[in-house]
Amino acid sequence: MNRRISGKVLALHLGIIVLLLGAQFVLSSYHHTNVARIMVFATFALGYNILLGYTGLLSLGHAMFFAAGIYGAGLTVFYFQFGAIEAFAAGVLSSLVLGLVFGLIVIRTSGVSFLIVTLMFAQAGFLTILYFNEITLGDQGIVISQVLQPLTLWGTEYPFSDPAVKYNAALLLFAVTFIICIALVYSPVGRVLVAIRENEARTRMLGYNTYKYKLVSLVISATLSGAAGAMYALLFSYIGSTFASIQYSIFPLLWTLVGGMGTLIGPVLGTGLMFYLVDISSGLTESHLIVVGVVLVGLVLWFPKGLMGTIREKWLTWLP
Amino acid sequence: MAAVTLLETSALSKNFGGLQAVQNVELRIPTGEIRAVIGPNGAGKTSLVSLISGRLRPTEGIIHFKGEDVSRLPAWDRVSRGIVYTFQVTSVYANLTCYENVALAVQRRMIGGLLDRLMLDEKRIAQGVDQALSQVGLQEDTHRRAGDLPYGHQRLLEVSMGLALEPELLILDEPTQGLALDEIASFCDLIRAISKRVTVLLIEHNMSVVLELAERITVMDKGMVIAEGTPSEIEQNEEVQRAYLGTDAAA
Repeated sequence: MNRRISGKVLALHLGIIVLLLGAQFVLSSYHHTNVARIMVFATFALGYNILLGYTGLLSLGHAMFFAAGIYGAGLTVFYFQFGAIEAFAAGVLSSLVLGLVFGLIVIRTSGVSFLIVTLMFAQAGFLTILYFNEITLGDQGIVISQVLQPLTLWGTEYPFSDPAVKYNAALLLFAVTFIICIALVYSPVGRVLVAIRENEARTRMLGYNTYKYKLVSLVISATLSGAAGAMYALLFSYIGSTFASIQYSIFPLLWTLVGGMGTLIGPVLGTGLMFYLVDISSGLTESHLIVVGVVLVGLVLWFPKGLMGTIREKWLTWLP
Repeated sequence: MAAVTLLETSALSKNFGGLQAVQNVELRIPTGEIRAVIGPNGAGKTSLVSLISGRLRPTEGIIHFKGEDVSRLPAWDRVSRGIVYTFQVTSVYANLTCYENVALAVQRRMIGGLLDRLMLDEKRIAQGVDQALSQVGLQEDTHRRAGDLPYGHQRLLEVSMGLALEPELLILDEPTQGLALDEIASFCDLIRAISKRVTVLLIEHNMSVVLELAERITVMDKGMVIAEGTPSEIEQNEEVQRAYLGTDAAA
C-alpha cells in the first residue's frame, strides 16, 4: 500500500459502506428511497470535494458535470434505447470529456476568477440545454422509465423500479467512489494536491507541474460528479434542465461545507444531514427554510470547519 | 584547468516596467563552489536568483545549466534538473507536519512514470524524510505541525526540503535572516557540510556569514555586478566598500 492507511481509518470508512449495506434491511420504504437518493448525491459531493477540499479550487459550476452525466445517460436511453450499463458509460464519458475540455481552459485561472469562470460556463451549459429544447426537452423534462430496459445480468433481470435494485445500484456507485477517493487521498497525487491547496507557488518550486495536477483533479472531480448524474437519471428516471441550474452547483458546495471540506466522511455526512434537514423541517412548517437557516448558522458558529473538519481538528486528528 | 562550469548566465537582464532590476549579469559558477551574492537592499539579488530558478522570466539573456539552455523552462522543470531554490520568506506548508513537508520533496525525486504517481513505496519515502530531517537536526519534530515550529526551525525545515530534492545547485535566499547567533553558527556548519556534495549559491546580508562560508563573492548594486572575487579581494575593493561594506559591515 502507499501511505500507510491505519487500521482504524480503513475500518471506519469501510464500516460506513457496510452500515449502508445493512441499513436497507431495516429502513422503512420511505427512508429506503431517501437513502438511495442521498448516496447518489453523496457521490456528487465526494467528487466535488476532490476539487474543493483536496485541491483548494472552489467551483460554482459543477451542475454542468452533473447534468452532463444526466443527459449523457438519459438522452442515449431516450433516443437510442441504450441499456443501463451503456447509458451509464455514456454519461460518465460525457462528463469526463467536458471536464477535460473545460479544464484545459479554466485551470489557468485561480481564486475568484476560477469561481466566476466556472459559474459562467455552467450557466452557458444550462442555457445550451434550453436552446436545443427540441432535442433535450429541457424545459419540461423527460421521464425515461418507459424506455429504459431492466438491467440484465447473468440472465436475471433487475428493473430499476424495484427499490432494492435502486438502493444497491446507488450503494455500488457510492462505495466505488468512496474507495476511489480514499485511494486518491492516500496516493502520491493526493499528497501533491493537498500541497497545491496549501501553497501552490511552493509546490511548483518543489518541482511539480501544478497545472497538470490541477487538471487531473478537475477531470476526476467532473467524472465522479457525472457518474452521480448518470446514476441519478437511471434510478430516478427523470432528466431535466433544473439539474444544470445554479442550484445544483450550490448543493455540492453546501453539502461539502456542512460536512467538512477536505475530509472524506464530511461530504457524505453533509449530504445526508442537509437532505433530512430539509425533509423533516418541511414536514413541520411551510417556511422550512427558516429552520434550515437557523441550523446552518449554528453549524457555522460551532463547527466552522464543517462537522467532520471540526471533529478532526478537536478530537480525531488521525482522520484523513 | 578550471573546474567544470555548473551555471552560467550571459547578458541576463530583467526589467519591471521602467525599472532595470537585473542588468547584463554575467555569472559563472563552477561545480562544488560556495558562491555568495551580496549587495545593498534592492540591488537585484533576489531577482537574479529568481531568474535562475525560473520564478521570473528574463527580459533578455541566457542561462546555461550543465551546458544546457534552461532560460525558457518553467520553474518546476528546472527543479527536476537540479536547480533548487529555498525561499527568503519561509514558506513551508504550515498546516502540514514536517514529515509531509519533506515527503513532498522526497516523493518528487522518486516519481518517474505515471504509475509512481499512484503508488510509491512509503517506506522509501519515510527513509528519505528521516535522512533529510536528521541532516538539519529536526528528527525530533517529524510529526509536529510545521507552523508550530519556532522560526529558526522552519528555516531549517525549508533547507531540508531543498536537500531532499537532491539538488546540484542549491540557492539559499537570506537563510540566516531572523536566526539567533548560536543558530547562525550551527547553520554555517550545516552549509559547509552540504557544500561537499552540492554547489551553493547564497544570498546573504550577514557579512560574517558570507566571509566565513563563501569561496567567491559576487557583489551587486543597482542590478549590475560591480565586483567579483575571493572574500579578501572583496574586502579590499574600494568600490564595494563604498557601495556596501562601508555602511553595513561597520554596523
